[in-house]
Amino acid sequence: MTVSTQAPPAPARPAGDPGPGAASGPGTGLDPGELDGLRTVRARHPWRWAAGAAALVVLVQFLHGLATNPAWDWATFRLYFTADTILQAIGRTLELTAYGTVLGFALGAVVAAMRLSRSAILRTLAWAYVWVFRSIPLIVQLVFWFNLSYLYKRFGFGIPFGPTFGDFETVGVLGALGAAVLGLGLHQAAFAAEIIRGGVIAVDAGQREAAAALGIPRGRQAWRIVLPQAMRSILPAAANEVISLLKGTSVVYVMAIGELFYQAQVIYGRTGRVVPLLMVATVWYVVLTTVLSIGQYYVERYFSRGARRTPPPTPLQRLRAFLRSLPARTSGGTP
Amino acid sequence: MTTLTEPQATEPRTAPMVQVRGLHKSFGPLDVLRGVDLDVPSGSVTVVLGPSGSGKSTLLRAINHLEKLDRGYVAIDGELIGYRRSGDRLYELKEREVLRQRTGIGFVFQNFNLFPHLTVLENLVEAPIAALGRPRAETRATALALLERVGLADKAAAYPRQLSGGQQQRVAIARALALEPKVLLFDEPTSALDPELVGEVLDVIKDLARTGTTMIVVTHEIGFAREVADTVVFMDGGVVVEQGPPAEVLDRPQHERTRAFLAKVL
Repeated sequence: MTVSTQAPPAPARPAGDPGPGAASGPGTGLDPGELDGLRTVRARHPWRWAAGAAALVVLVQFLHGLATNPAWDWATFRLYFTADTILQAIGRTLELTAYGTVLGFALGAVVAAMRLSRSAILRTLAWAYVWVFRSIPLIVQLVFWFNLSYLYKRFGFGIPFGPTFGDFETVGVLGALGAAVLGLGLHQAAFAAEIIRGGVIAVDAGQREAAAALGIPRGRQAWRIVLPQAMRSILPAAANEVISLLKGTSVVYVMAIGELFYQAQVIYGRTGRVVPLLMVATVWYVVLTTVLSIGQYYVERYFSRGARRTPPPTPLQRLRAFLRSLPARTSGGTP
Repeated sequence: MTTLTEPQATEPRTAPMVQVRGLHKSFGPLDVLRGVDLDVPSGSVTVVLGPSGSGKSTLLRAINHLEKLDRGYVAIDGELIGYRRSGDRLYELKEREVLRQRTGIGFVFQNFNLFPHLTVLENLVEAPIAALGRPRAETRATALALLERVGLADKAAAYPRQLSGGQQQRVAIARALALEPKVLLFDEPTSALDPELVGEVLDVIKDLARTGTTMIVVTHEIGFAREVADTVVFMDGGVVVEQGPPAEVLDRPQHERTRAFLAKVL
């Protein structure tokens, strides 16, 4: 809501008065010169300030509670935040995220290429893959892979339906970590495939046509012309997926893998201090997500080259520009 | 039916650079081309006119096989495009071979279709390197010379979106020329431009015409057709209604449909 400090609306002109300076105000013919030296009063928005202040009060209350409520137990938080077991667990979390991302996006790219291929068989298989792996909850899949050795005791390489050259015990090849990576990767691939496909079909058809008209080979059309442009729409969604995977790795605690959330549980199971250890895990997840988000910004910036007439400034450049503008902002209000 | 009598004095004996015979193309129930024949002599400029929906663009896209043909054939410099003849059969070519053939056919799009994530210079060197395997240094030198020729030598490092429409289209022409094609096809090259930018693009095309580049230009610029064309082709309803030197087709059209069209655009 705004409160105007301007004069109340002009009274209606008597009918029949054409009003030469109709737009300018009651009666007075407007001479631009008269406006020289007048002060402009900005519209004020007191309710905007009130709402903002109310929100700030709530926030301060919450922060005050965080600092003063002993139940948060910040001493324990400090004790475990950089404990070796926690740092190792973070290593494991990052490892799972990295493997899951690489496997997920590599396989996802293949599935996306299959769905975009001209072969009806490949298209159908890719569609079926996405359908199956999007349908199964991640946790169900993880437990399933963990128990794969019940289904197939041995795993062999050979000619399909023909002789086998060598085989392994499934339990030996696919440990808990292997099963977790496989589960995360296969799950991620289904989503990655759709994101990549979405990016590719968003590229203007004229681009591929121009590449074809120039005789550029098909592989290079994809790699040099289409994908770099597709990256612009792939990246935000892909970053979402990587962050969601980072946090999704907490699900593998069901397989007793020592990642961050599992480790936090182990410690509070021993010490009984649930809340501070959940906060340890939470803050670390926030830190890791922040790092990923910053990385996303720069990768996106790289792939947006040529998309705008002038590239947007980096956050550092923006900060410097802001600092430079500060004196001007603080010295006096509007003229 | 229509055998073209060459009015121009340039080498009357050689086989046409572009031969189109009995071209048919339909999109679903819509017959866009219904038997098009066209001969374009080497070094000549053919301007294709006609109302929208008459099949001009489809004809152009069929010539470099961006559209597959339903019937008929296209040959450039005596080489069938998109097919290989063996005995009495035509075998469809693999995409790889079609792509190789297209390097001999320059195509300039209405919407430029420059690669926005590559600089002007990268746009020009991409195809010669990727499609013809030319060395980078040589391609770069050629590209810079071509940019000079279209008056954009100082824009080599710019990205397409930093250029005006007219400049973008001139880059697109240079990009097509970088492959040293036997024939250049222009699909309404000035239709996406503001009126004051049309001239700079037409000037580049006129300059190419003077140097004996074989060109087929689909356009609505009647003045350009009159000035530059050796042959004007008028299309309507998926067929060539009439063709001949601009003085005949534009000033003394034989067909009612040509007259009606010209009356509207002139």
